[in-house]
Amino acid sequence: MSEIQTTKCDLAVIGSGLAGIAAAVFASQNGIDTCQIGVSGGILYASGYLDLMGVHPVEDRKIWVNPWEAIDALVRDVPNHPYAYLSKADISQSLDQFADFMADTGLPYKKNENQNVAVVTPVGTVKSTYSVPVSMWNGVPALADGRPCLIVDFWGLKGFSALQITEMLKPRWPDLRAVRIAFPSVDLSIDLYPERMARSMEVDDNIVMLADEVRPNLNGAQVVGFPAILGMNTTERIIRRLKDLLDCDVFEIPTIPPSIPGLRIKENVETVLSARGVRIFGQKRVICAKQNKEGGFLLDIGDFTDGKPEHRLEADGVILASGRFLGMGLHAGRKKIRETLFDLPVFQPADRSSWHRKNFFDPCGHGINRSGLEIDDSFRPLNQSKKPAFDNVFAAGSILAHQDWIRQKCGAGLSISTAYAAVRSFMRHMQR
Amino acid sequence: MKTQVLIIGGGATGTGVARDLTLRGVQCILVEKKDINAGASGANHGLLHSGARYVFSDPESARECRDENQLLKQLAPDCIEETGGFFVAVEGDDEAYIADFQHHCEKTGLPCKPVDVRDAREMEPALSDKTIAAYEVADASVDPFKLVLENITDAQKLGCRFFRHTKVVGFAKKGSRIASVDLVNKNTGEKKTIEADMVVNATGAWAGEVAKLAGAHIDLIYSKGTLLITHTRITDRVINRLRPPSDADILVPGGTVSIIGTTSLRMQTLDEIRPTVSEVDRLVEEGAIMLPRLETIRYIRAYSGVRPLLGGGGKGDDRSVTRGFDLVDHAKDGIDNLITITGGKLTTFRLMAEKASDLVCQRLAISAPCQTRRIPMISSHETRWAVPGFSSKNWIQGHESDDMLLCECEMVPQSAIEEIVGYFDIFERQADLKGIGKRSRIGKGSCQGSFCSVRIAAYLYDRGVAISTEGIGNIKEFINERWKGQRCLLWDMPVVQTELEEAMHCGLFGLELQKE
Repeated sequence: MSEIQTTKCDLAVIGSGLAGIAAAVFASQNGIDTCQIGVSGGILYASGYLDLMGVHPVEDRKIWVNPWEAIDALVRDVPNHPYAYLSKADISQSLDQFADFMADTGLPYKKNENQNVAVVTPVGTVKSTYSVPVSMWNGVPALADGRPCLIVDFWGLKGFSALQITEMLKPRWPDLRAVRIAFPSVDLSIDLYPERMARSMEVDDNIVMLADEVRPNLNGAQVVGFPAILGMNTTERIIRRLKDLLDCDVFEIPTIPPSIPGLRIKENVETVLSARGVRIFGQKRVICAKQNKEGGFLLDIGDFTDGKPEHRLEADGVILASGRFLGMGLHAGRKKIRETLFDLPVFQPADRSSWHRKNFFDPCGHGINRSGLEIDDSFRPLNQSKKPAFDNVFAAGSILAHQDWIRQKCGAGLSISTAYAAVRSFMRHMQR
Repeated sequence: MKTQVLIIGGGATGTGVARDLTLRGVQCILVEKKDINAGASGANHGLLHSGARYVFSDPESARECRDENQLLKQLAPDCIEETGGFFVAVEGDDEAYIADFQHHCEKTGLPCKPVDVRDAREMEPALSDKTIAAYEVADASVDPFKLVLENITDAQKLGCRFFRHTKVVGFAKKGSRIASVDLVNKNTGEKKTIEADMVVNATGAWAGEVAKLAGAHIDLIYSKGTLLITHTRITDRVINRLRPPSDADILVPGGTVSIIGTTSLRMQTLDEIRPTVSEVDRLVEEGAIMLPRLETIRYIRAYSGVRPLLGGGGKGDDRSVTRGFDLVDHAKDGIDNLITITGGKLTTFRLMAEKASDLVCQRLAISAPCQTRRIPMISSHETRWAVPGFSSKNWIQGHESDDMLLCECEMVPQSAIEEIVGYFDIFERQADLKGIGKRSRIGKGSCQGSFCSVRIAAYLYDRGVAISTEGIGNIKEFINERWKGQRCLLWDMPVVQTELEEAMHCGLFGLELQKE
């Protein structure tokens, strides 16, 4: 039997979605020796927009301009929502720190202080969000003021229609036009995969060719929107270059998954985190967790597919940011929802018939989405007797109960701020 | 608008009548309030009965099934897979019933061969190790969508007009005749009046409601049945439980999947026909007694249909009510030019259409005989995209270099969508996602429409078929149609898929916030 290697660390962050990433960021900023384990699933579907708080009560479809006022109303009505365990100062601080980190990775963000902004989605609806990648920002004032704008799409890029976006937005944005062009440099004989397009934009000749294709179609447009494929690692530079070549503002609109903004976050963040000493076990999962005599955790880590342990981690504490069903933090069986690693109690509807509503788009949202882990003030998941299950396990992100991030439009804010709080609680625990 | 015959209802019977009459040279219009197969024709097992199911309760239906089974295998070979079937019993099933089975089959003239249980389990390894008896019969599987699409396309080629989303709202009578029928398009609100010499009510479970509008009466009871589709095919043959009809006693393979059903629940109205969690659990648990894999396999869709059963209701299980069909001449109600054809089952749809058409022709003094016993279906090509597995095979065998897959799960390319949209154009109908869904495999794979709905909506905008916010309405309708069949099956992997779908369609697109 071959010996598997053991690695020691202070903190094991389980999960590589936005909450896991944020926890690793905050931990490394605080000098905590951190390992991160997880299969990157959800982040690859991220649009890049960071929501803080947009809709409450969901059944009334009430959309808020000021996210902090929305949080006040939410916490008043849902006193066990994860936001209720945080001060607004903490939430705000966590978002700013995270944005600073993102700027370090080459993916800067921009926002209107204390105000949600309207952005365009790939199907031409308008969404309200809080913090926007700089590469997408120019779409915000353009939409708000109805500036003359050209939306570009490409022959062969399926699921993104500039014509659809203009049809959808015509009533509020009459000066919006669409054009379809050939994507420069790529052989047209196959599907245009967004990743391939994004990487090819890193080459300057291709940027120039793209600008040459677009220029004759400008006809007075002051701003040009592209599907979010403008580069993988140096998007800011590519957008500046296009702006110079076209002599007008440029912005990106997210595509349907696979999403390049999501992939950018994954690649750029992992590079910077690794450089700062976080050990990342990518595409791995924690197969089982055992407590040692000192109360620390022994985590067996293995391949995503075969479940064979390849590595052992010894950590003083754990942040459980393993997400919901997509992240595999929770598993729904035919009769019951379970937490997959520690078998922690999961708050959930009484039975399967109340998991989902008859109308997929029912504004009330589905009962199953409010299920998850209940926590104490220190973000420690509770056991059956409503006491912290462990002193040194903290939960963050969408695995938490009593929230519906999809419908409330609070996903990013929830992930980042609860990760911030979980790291802070872990540090307090270590001090004790 | 004038026609010789107006047919109401776009299921197997209505389209069957349309094909039968146009083959006799009779001018027809068919109207359907939704789209093809919206009722029981699209919500059944897809079983081409050997007849053996009915040898105890209804030998006449059994013989009809036997004959139509043989006929359809000749006439619509592309719609039928000759799987063969087993009747099997497991420990605890009624031994007297088992012992009588072969005798009843022979008496009815149905081929039935006992099979050694060990051989049966070798031939069908999914059978339970508690199997105690097995018989071989001539069951087959039939694709009801392909079948009905072929019927209506054949009829259209022969001049029949077909209006979808067109609902009958009233009958104007003159003496003892229907002078004209008032219709409204449910999508556009556009009104239409059709004058017809004869009107055929082929609306299945809705036959009572339509007859009532005309001032006539039909006595129907509604029996709801729920079925489940498995993610992979688990047997080669149709497997029937050898016992008096009960829940989850038929498994029918079709293409790459299997379908287990049914339940039986008496309904008072037709308003809420969708599967429930308890019906799903019942099918899984009961089906697993005969085929243990049903306990652990992934399911991709649940659906419910309503059997329109004749007569004022029997005692006990609705499944013991006759599965025969009823041809009603409403002259008895004082309406000389209205007939109703209802009841029956998919296997005998052609015979039902023949009998109804005979009566129509008799009334119109048309002597042309029925042709559907000898002329095979001719629209196999136009309807091929509806066939499970065709699209992927076709794609892998080769495709144009600039073509691309809009539905990646079922491998449906843009060229197929283009072709289907083209058929809509030819017959003056506007293409919509749900309509394309009925005529192809989009949305039927593991993503259940999350991605292909968006890609095809984008295509419809690019082609100018969708304008304004129509495409979004299309996506929501299409997703909700798929949702109807998913909602009760959401455990394990499908929950993961659903979370992703909701994150995209609600989290990013905010479609739940779009007012209808």
